[in-house]
Amino acid sequence: MGVAFLKKRQGFRAFFYSQKAAPYVFVMPFILVFVIFFVFPLISTVIMSFQSVLPGQVRFIGLENIKRLNDPEFFQAIKNNLIYTALTLALLIPFPMIFACMLNSKATIGRNFFRSALFVPILTSVVVAGTIFRLIFGELPGALANQIVGLFGMGPFRWRQMQGTVYMILVMLACWRWTGVNILYFLSGLQSIPEELYESASIDGASTIRKFRHITWPMLKPTTIYVLTISIYGGFAMFLESYMLYTNNRSPRGMGLTIIGYLYRQGWEQNNIGYGSAIGLCLLLIVMVINLVQLKFFGLFAKEDK
Amino acid sequence: MKKLLVAILCLTMFLSMASAASAAEANVIEFWTFAESHVDLYKVMAEKWNAEFPDKPIELSVSVMPYDDMHNKLLIALQSGEGAPDMVDIEIGKFANFLKGEPQLLPLNRVVEPELDNIVRSRVDIYSKDGNFYGICFHVGAAVIYYNDALLKEAGIDYTTIKTWDDYAQAGAKFLEATGKPFGTVETTDLWHFEPLVFSQGGDILNKEDGTPNIDSPEVKKALAFNQDLIQKGILALAPGGNHHAEEYYGMMNAGSYGSVIMPMWYMNRFTDYMPDLSKQIAIAPLPVWEEGQPRSVGLGGTGTAVTNQATNPDLTMDFLAYTKLSKEGNVQVWKVLGFDPIRSEVWSMPELRDGDTKFHQYYVNNPFDVLMEIKDEIPAITVSEFLPPTSDALKNNVFFRAYEEMADLDTMLPEENAKVK
Repeated sequence: MGVAFLKKRQGFRAFFYSQKAAPYVFVMPFILVFVIFFVFPLISTVIMSFQSVLPGQVRFIGLENIKRLNDPEFFQAIKNNLIYTALTLALLIPFPMIFACMLNSKATIGRNFFRSALFVPILTSVVVAGTIFRLIFGELPGALANQIVGLFGMGPFRWRQMQGTVYMILVMLACWRWTGVNILYFLSGLQSIPEELYESASIDGASTIRKFRHITWPMLKPTTIYVLTISIYGGFAMFLESYMLYTNNRSPRGMGLTIIGYLYRQGWEQNNIGYGSAIGLCLLLIVMVINLVQLKFFGLFAKEDK
Repeated sequence: MKKLLVAILCLTMFLSMASAASAAEANVIEFWTFAESHVDLYKVMAEKWNAEFPDKPIELSVSVMPYDDMHNKLLIALQSGEGAPDMVDIEIGKFANFLKGEPQLLPLNRVVEPELDNIVRSRVDIYSKDGNFYGICFHVGAAVIYYNDALLKEAGIDYTTIKTWDDYAQAGAKFLEATGKPFGTVETTDLWHFEPLVFSQGGDILNKEDGTPNIDSPEVKKALAFNQDLIQKGILALAPGGNHHAEEYYGMMNAGSYGSVIMPMWYMNRFTDYMPDLSKQIAIAPLPVWEEGQPRSVGLGGTGTAVTNQATNPDLTMDFLAYTKLSKEGNVQVWKVLGFDPIRSEVWSMPELRDGDTKFHQYYVNNPFDVLMEIKDEIPAITVSEFLPPTSDALKNNVFFRAYEEMADLDTMLPEENAKVK
């Protein structure tokens, strides 16, 4: 028995020290998490999107769920997400980049203070932030936003009942929360640019704008693409912001409805899990296609080709 | 060292056995709810149960979760066949979801059927499918109208003379002229103010025969047109915040900005809790109708308590549920603890309730039970089908907004919205 134990032990040692097995052992935790929490749900979502899922009555219904996607409400949700994503991209990439450059410059006074101050909003929960924004944009004359426009002799407006202002509120909320995070990404990108490049450019007599154009911008490209990719995903996956703005998943004429909001309504609120799965798959496809096109366009895959 | 280990092991074994033994004595009933206040009632009733039946004591293990959270968790637990509680509160707007497919709730016929003559039957019918009752309600939810009597008196209006919706409109015009304030509010994101106007005509938002969406019916159209007209005249205002549960609304109503509000009886505790300044000013009255003789109320809202098929001790759980919600004592406590209009009608005329001295008696100008007795045979139930969640969504999201804010043409809008409901 003792011998067998020793042999077994040696077997273990050999296994752990084996150059073939060790890499697999090291990546095992990731693989397991990935398979259990990503691959398996993905496969079951694909299966469920062709099913009607009810207790005791799970059955395949062919393309019924896919056909149901032809719903004006769903298109409204996609439209909302597209506009929201486009607006957040237009604001949340250039401005944080400029702010990051400013904060990175040694000439800026109090840059450590601004760095942390701009980062604080992300530490508040969306629930709290959404509730506060809802109160700011209340419809009574006493709400903050109405008091401000009141100074200019306008309003009171019903902010949450008008399509334009709904987008405005959601984008403001996103900008308020995410500017600091994006600044952080860009700052880390900036800090990896060697100082010498700027020095030699200065010697050649390059202006600040030219330095930005020919050094900062190209060297920041990987960071920008990363921020772009996660922002596209973030824009399409937005849900809680609109949920908190209306205190529930309902907004007049779907003004604040998002794809996830629609998924939540159909899948959970109305217990059509099969249809909910089809919506989820559709969201995955949309985000994947947009991001693949974007990555191709900005040449992220180019390196591998060369 | 080893001895210590053995000692610790023995101790843990002994302790776990001891706790297992005590658990076997008191049967634990795991209970989920989304309303903190409901717990008070169950706690009171559990104490009474343990005093009355010492041979089969129970112990409630309560989890209070947010509304959506709880219903979603329950849906998953019942779908997957694991992790559901013994007993659960399911709100009426969600109940239809749990009756889809094969209900994973236990039929309560054994305890409900003997009591059918004593309770308002519709309050168990709304939770039934194929002749089986799956839930028992807390309250009747009789819709009534609350007048701000102090403001009405200032304007020279006697609320008891308002019998029809025409009277209501006329009183509203008079009120507006005298005070400059709207007579009432309409909800753009909820149904409570709206359904009474449809039900007094004998209509419903679902087809009574097959439960399909009925948004384009003449009754719905008539009710919407009536509200549109009064909004344009300034007699009705849009409820600030979209409904009668919004903070903005509570604040405005509490400040005496409106003359009346249409809500069910269970709204009584919103007045006492959120609008304390209106104490001794609010009168409760039966709703106006289109023509005299029509029902002056309708049972709205509700929470059906159900026993799941995963209950460890289904019979005992069912008995306790019946004890809490069907027995005379339970119904007395429903009023005393929660301020709801109980489903057992004999309770309404009990002198100790009618003449009690609760916060409701102190708050309202008149006695809520007198109103309830007056309308007790005029409380129809709403139709429930799996179309209820999407149909009420359509009304809350689109129909009211388009009708009241955009003043859309009803003849084109209603068929359009009705067709969209799937």
